[in-house]
Amino acid sequence: MPLSRRPDARRRGSPWTGLGAVVAKETADHLSSARMRILEALVFLTAIAAAYAAIRSIRQTIGESPFLFLRLLTLSQDPLPSFIALLGFLIPLVAIALAFDAVNGEFNRRTLSRILAQPIYRDALLLGKFFAGLLSLTIGLVSLWLLVLGLGLLLLGLPPSTEETLRMLGFLVATIAYGGVWIAIALLFSVIFRAPATAARAALGVWLVFALFWSVITPLVTTLIAGPPEGVFGPRLAYLQTQQIIDRLSPNTLYAETALALLQPATRALGPVLISQLQGALLGSPLPVSQSFILIWPQLTGLVAATIVIFVIAYIVFQRQEIRA
Amino acid sequence: MAGEVVIRAEQLTKRYGANLAVDHIDLEVEAGEIVGILGPNGSGKTTTILMLLGLTEPTGGRAVVAGFDPLRDPLEVKRRVGYMPDQVGFYDGLSARDNLAYTGRLAGLPRRDIDARFADAMERVGLAAVGRNRVRTFSQGMRQRLGLAEVLMKRPSVAILDEPTTALDPHSTQEFLEMIRGLKADGTAVLLSSHHLDQVQSVCDRVALFNRGRIALAGTVTELAGQVLGGGHVIDVEARGPGIAERLAAVPGVVRVQALGGERYRVDCQRDLRAEIARRLAPEVELVGINFAAPSLNEVYTRYFEEARHAAQ
Repeated sequence: MPLSRRPDARRRGSPWTGLGAVVAKETADHLSSARMRILEALVFLTAIAAAYAAIRSIRQTIGESPFLFLRLLTLSQDPLPSFIALLGFLIPLVAIALAFDAVNGEFNRRTLSRILAQPIYRDALLLGKFFAGLLSLTIGLVSLWLLVLGLGLLLLGLPPSTEETLRMLGFLVATIAYGGVWIAIALLFSVIFRAPATAARAALGVWLVFALFWSVITPLVTTLIAGPPEGVFGPRLAYLQTQQIIDRLSPNTLYAETALALLQPATRALGPVLISQLQGALLGSPLPVSQSFILIWPQLTGLVAATIVIFVIAYIVFQRQEIRA
Repeated sequence: MAGEVVIRAEQLTKRYGANLAVDHIDLEVEAGEIVGILGPNGSGKTTTILMLLGLTEPTGGRAVVAGFDPLRDPLEVKRRVGYMPDQVGFYDGLSARDNLAYTGRLAGLPRRDIDARFADAMERVGLAAVGRNRVRTFSQGMRQRLGLAEVLMKRPSVAILDEPTTALDPHSTQEFLEMIRGLKADGTAVLLSSHHLDQVQSVCDRVALFNRGRIALAGTVTELAGQVLGGGHVIDVEARGPGIAERLAAVPGVVRVQALGGERYRVDCQRDLRAEIARRLAPEVELVGINFAAPSLNEVYTRYFEEARHAAQ
């Protein structure tokens, strides 16, 4: 039996010792790095441009919807996609940029053994790097959120309603959770691969699979598992349900569904709906905000759970590594 | 406190699959003592260091460092041990001060103490003037000094230095060795791993020689010379005349005679035999010089591994 598994060899001391110092240092590094500034500028410019274009369109149709601020985020105007579509595309890139060299960078700089020779556990180092990435991303997103809100106030001349603010806050939390998944993925690759370029390529590869190819992969896999999509009497429910399960393995799907339910209040369900389920429903009428939150709760939980699972895998791999650099 | 054992390893073992990296070693280091650990690459030195620091888990045996078990109380051990790895790395984009302030915070030093300790440590390693400069502007030698400054900042009871003088020029090496002696003067126990045998001999009180995961030899250089060279005393003889090597070998107590070229001979013996040698050589041989030479760690090391290689063949 390894010595550490003996009851008398259980390690003493908090695994969180030094966590604050790691988070502070890593966050400062992120926020002052040229890489982050370039990415933040890119996100800000594109998102603000998308929001501005949406505002111009909204001003011409003002009064048609009670959720003007939500339309600010969801409306697209050629050639720019909507604000949420842009965020869904760019957030993984920012998250990957924040974490792809988190651990392998320490190995390559030969700082890891020096840092771990200080009174901290590896737990604190890895978690600190994750939290620092998430905090940096959160700072950027909150700034962006406030900027868009301010832009809306200035150009629309109306304040957002309480319901709109709650929905936008929920969307902000979901975006942070979505970023968390990608930070965890990049962190995992930074633990597995010693070369940062390889880790970045691997993380970008996963992103490409989910962003571009998942919609191609899903029907293929669904057909293999559940058979053809069409039955004698039309679309098969088993196929649709299987497709939905597979589709929801992608964090992009979970995030898109969350954004849809929160920012388009008329969304009443996130999946196949039977005619019988629509009896008595007022189609097109908005759901109360509390009902929308109930609707996205599984998606949000899924994003957080995916983050935890990926982080735990990274943690186990990191714990098993020899520290010689 | 001098005489207090601050590092104790008992039957410490580390196995990687079928490979026994460290094989049941016993080691003791007292406060204020400098102990050198030597051996070829892959002989288990760094693995032993990592186990003593709690950075890798032993497969067997136990260790106590600064009064704590590195397996059970790694944080307490690391609070009391300063470690300088070989090829020490820093965050190049940060200043020397920010680098050391970060590790100071990780070490749990009070914020108000960090600046004072940093200034003191940088003064001692001769980098006081460049404390605010980014580390990317530092030469390798300056980085080594900064690594030692980090150890000094911690004011540890044990300092573990892994190849600290690699990449240093001769002058800087001498200064660095002086700083290591300064640690000893502070009462800090120093475990020094190095391939530079002359440096180890010049600063270390005792030496442990690693071979294939085991401590093959341990003791003072004189004790090691006694075990490996057969005597422990080395006498350099310069003489002219017939059959000098045979005459020297015939002196009771002489273990080995080595011709160094010209008229010079090196004699390994069990005690100081200078008077006896002078008497035996006269009158046929003209004795030009006879000096008592300190045994060389380099010679001990080379001879030990030559014999180990022959034994293996």
